[in-house]
Amino acid sequence: MRADAKPLSLRINGREVLVPCGISVAAALALAAPLGLTRHSLQGGSRAPFCGMGVCHECRVEIDGLRMLACQTTCAEGMKIFTDSLKTSSGGGSSAHSFSPFSKV
Amino acid sequence: MTNQCDVLIIGAGPAGLRAAHAAAASGARIVLVDDNPVPGGQIWRDGPGVKLPPVARGLRATVESLPNVQILTGTRVVASAGKNAERALLLENRTAGWVQHFDKLILCTGARELLLPLPGWTLAGVTGAGALQALIKSGLPVRGQRIVVAGTGPLLLAAAAAARHAGAEVVCVAEAATWLTVLGFAAALPRWPSKLGAAGALGLGAFAAYRAGAQVVEILGDDQVAAVRLRLGSVETELACDRVAIGFGLVPNTELGQLLGVALNPADAIAVNAAQQTCLPHVYAAGECTGIGGNELAQVEGTIAGLMATSMEAGDARIGAVQPELRRRAHWQAFAIRVAAAFPPPPLARQLPRADSLVCRCEDVPYAALAACDNWVQAKLETRCGMGACQGRVCGAATRFLFGWNPTAPRHLLAPARLATLAARPISIN
Amino acid sequence: MTRLPGALVRLRDTHLAPLGHLMPTPDILIIGAGIVGAACAAALAGVGLRVHVLDARLPAATAAGMGHLVVMDEDPAELSLSAASLRIWRSWMPKLDAGCAWVDCGTLWLAANDADMQVAQAKACRLQAHGVVCQLLDAAQVAHAEPALRPGLAGGLRVPGDAAVYAPRVARWLLQQHAGLVSVEAAEVVAIDKDDVLLRDGTRRSAAAMVLAAGVASRHLCPELPLREKKGHLIITDRYPGTVQHQLVELGYGASAHQTSGSSVAFNVQPRPTGQLLIGSSRQFDTEDLAPEPEMLRAVLERALDWLPGLGGLNALRTWTGLRAATPDGLPLIGRHPTRQNLWLALGHEGLGITTAPGTAALLAALIQGAPPPFDGSPFAPARFALAA
Repeated sequence: MRADAKPLSLRINGREVLVPCGISVAAALALAAPLGLTRHSLQGGSRAPFCGMGVCHECRVEIDGLRMLACQTTCAEGMKIFTDSLKTSSGGGSSAHSFSPFSKV
Repeated sequence: MTNQCDVLIIGAGPAGLRAAHAAAASGARIVLVDDNPVPGGQIWRDGPGVKLPPVARGLRATVESLPNVQILTGTRVVASAGKNAERALLLENRTAGWVQHFDKLILCTGARELLLPLPGWTLAGVTGAGALQALIKSGLPVRGQRIVVAGTGPLLLAAAAAARHAGAEVVCVAEAATWLTVLGFAAALPRWPSKLGAAGALGLGAFAAYRAGAQVVEILGDDQVAAVRLRLGSVETELACDRVAIGFGLVPNTELGQLLGVALNPADAIAVNAAQQTCLPHVYAAGECTGIGGNELAQVEGTIAGLMATSMEAGDARIGAVQPELRRRAHWQAFAIRVAAAFPPPPLARQLPRADSLVCRCEDVPYAALAACDNWVQAKLETRCGMGACQGRVCGAATRFLFGWNPTAPRHLLAPARLATLAARPISIN
Repeated sequence: MTRLPGALVRLRDTHLAPLGHLMPTPDILIIGAGIVGAACAAALAGVGLRVHVLDARLPAATAAGMGHLVVMDEDPAELSLSAASLRIWRSWMPKLDAGCAWVDCGTLWLAANDADMQVAQAKACRLQAHGVVCQLLDAAQVAHAEPALRPGLAGGLRVPGDAAVYAPRVARWLLQQHAGLVSVEAAEVVAIDKDDVLLRDGTRRSAAAMVLAAGVASRHLCPELPLREKKGHLIITDRYPGTVQHQLVELGYGASAHQTSGSSVAFNVQPRPTGQLLIGSSRQFDTEDLAPEPEMLRAVLERALDWLPGLGGLNALRTWTGLRAATPDGLPLIGRHPTRQNLWLALGHEGLGITTAPGTAALLAALIQGAPPPFDGSPFAPARFALAA
């Protein structure tokens, strides 16, 4: 169904990333940066997907303007994903995102 | 969007798919809802990193082809929408929210992992054991990574096998149960030949790394996993690794049932009678939300629930189908009892969290703050434990194990839901 | 020395004398450890009285409410009570612990049109006459202050001295302020008699004076009280810091609040220090069913999204309800019960109990001691109603 499919182009924190068709956003984040960080906790710890099945909400990120679970969302062409959605005003998708999973904050 | 159906099935894993299949023969209008992107549940989770067994592919294709079954994936139940016993649930998917009305309801909500706190468990790279499997199936790259799998129960072997298959190096499978327990369990497997075969296939690959009576007591790392401290008897060693997958067994997902008012059994699973019927006559339940029992048992229960939820007149040819299913159910129930007895969460896990180990991961509430509380309600009010996005699903089960607390019954909302969904409005994003 | 039977339970961290030398018969018994009862305990202990607080641990308005500290001005008595209370709140503020979650958000009263703007101007005059700082904002200033609001509003009135707190923790803090004089017992009072109260377990507690501060539950103890339940719904979101800066309230809120029948909703949103938004409000009469009702939630959120149209995509985490204890004239009952001996009342605050708890307590403490009241307490005198016990 997808092995020969064209890769998808996503934007993760504003940066273009090419990922295989059919993978989850959680997997795409891990392809884009080691461990696929999703958010910082209240005390500042880096967090990544944990339960893998929509229970723990550690992987909630902003996908096309909505806060959603990376582990239960399949990548789609042109998706705009922002990690650390809890630090932004969100709801808008256009807010400034200072966080990048590619560097430690 | 407002929808009516005869049978609403929540959860499209083995139980839900079988229930839909069995109920469909009656001609009833069936809606099958699942919050994952594709049907299959966890054990049959489809994705680029997995090749599903033929039975799963066949069943899914059959159900997908049934004209009277509508499958709604990526769809979550966020609340009960019924007032005065009206039969309705509030559902939400990526683009909309709506009220789904039904006549009969079959709960196939499955189970989640029991995830227990220990020092370092919030580091990036730590996942549940089943979680690691699920993430790999959905395309998580693990090739070349060193992985420690720890906890207890047969799921550890499955997680290790999935990791190896995806190109990871399984450094260690640390099973908390003793060799005596593990071998005793294995010795009983010939009664369930398919399980024996599966265990053999999984076990052989991981045999060299398998340690019984072993427990990860701390996960080390700065911001991400670097190593684990492994206790084997009285000896502690440090093992370097990139990921840790920890599972202490499964917890039935009973929250939706409880919200609707169904009773639980002594094992804190949804109580059902021989017809898979709950204490609410129009609500049935099947699969692991009624008790941890594995895929085969879930399928049999799903079939029975699907048959029983669609009224059978005298002379209905399907009546003959029920008896053999009841016998098969008894066979697999015996297996479930074996698993539960052999692999309880280890008592040592109660002593692992330190004062500053976070127990509530959503609100960053440390162990010490909770240890100063008397019960779950007080903890919620005073520490914000359980007040975050997971609705206490993780820390509720953890504090039940650690402190013996009884989490309060789930309340509105069952899961985070968009304001637009509650307002019955379309979403508009700036 | 009278040894109190039954289990004395203290709130955690509250210092309490060991069971061996329990306090003698207290001077005051307070029924209800919500924000009003706790404030009364602190005020009475503050003048050296021994206070014993009985609390049934029932879900009540202190835990259910928004914790908005707001000067209300439509009634002169309400204005003097809430303004006096805000001054006391300000004096507490530096001492509150972090769990009390004080937010200096102020209130922004919103005007949709010119008629609302005239209401805002009248409100500004009344507040300023009473010494409450406030500023009228024009359309552009409101849009600048709160960009998430829908465009085209007429303006608003900013009251910077208003604030928000997490009331259950403030109640706990208040009970800890005079720990040597205040004891707290988890026990349900089932009857109030002439000189004492009867508990669920059959034992009794007595004191020279008793204060009833049990909110809506007070009616079960004193059926003659003219209290009606007004149910309210609230919704809290996940964390979206910076979305809203002020407690936002529509100027039509007063109309909803003062309605005496039917159900109504009004726009009221509070930014919590966590970045969460707490969204209200609704009022329904004469129901004690605490279950959230989908239709009321829908009405509250439709109203909220009318004012904040871009927020429909925000995730709500929880909804809940609470019961306000409303009196026929909308003012609380503060003072001596006209017919029951030794019984004082501090209840019927409807939606304003958290704001007015300090003023209520100051007034009641003065009345009990026979000291001059801090402001005119006559509008709140329970004797304004015929209360035959």
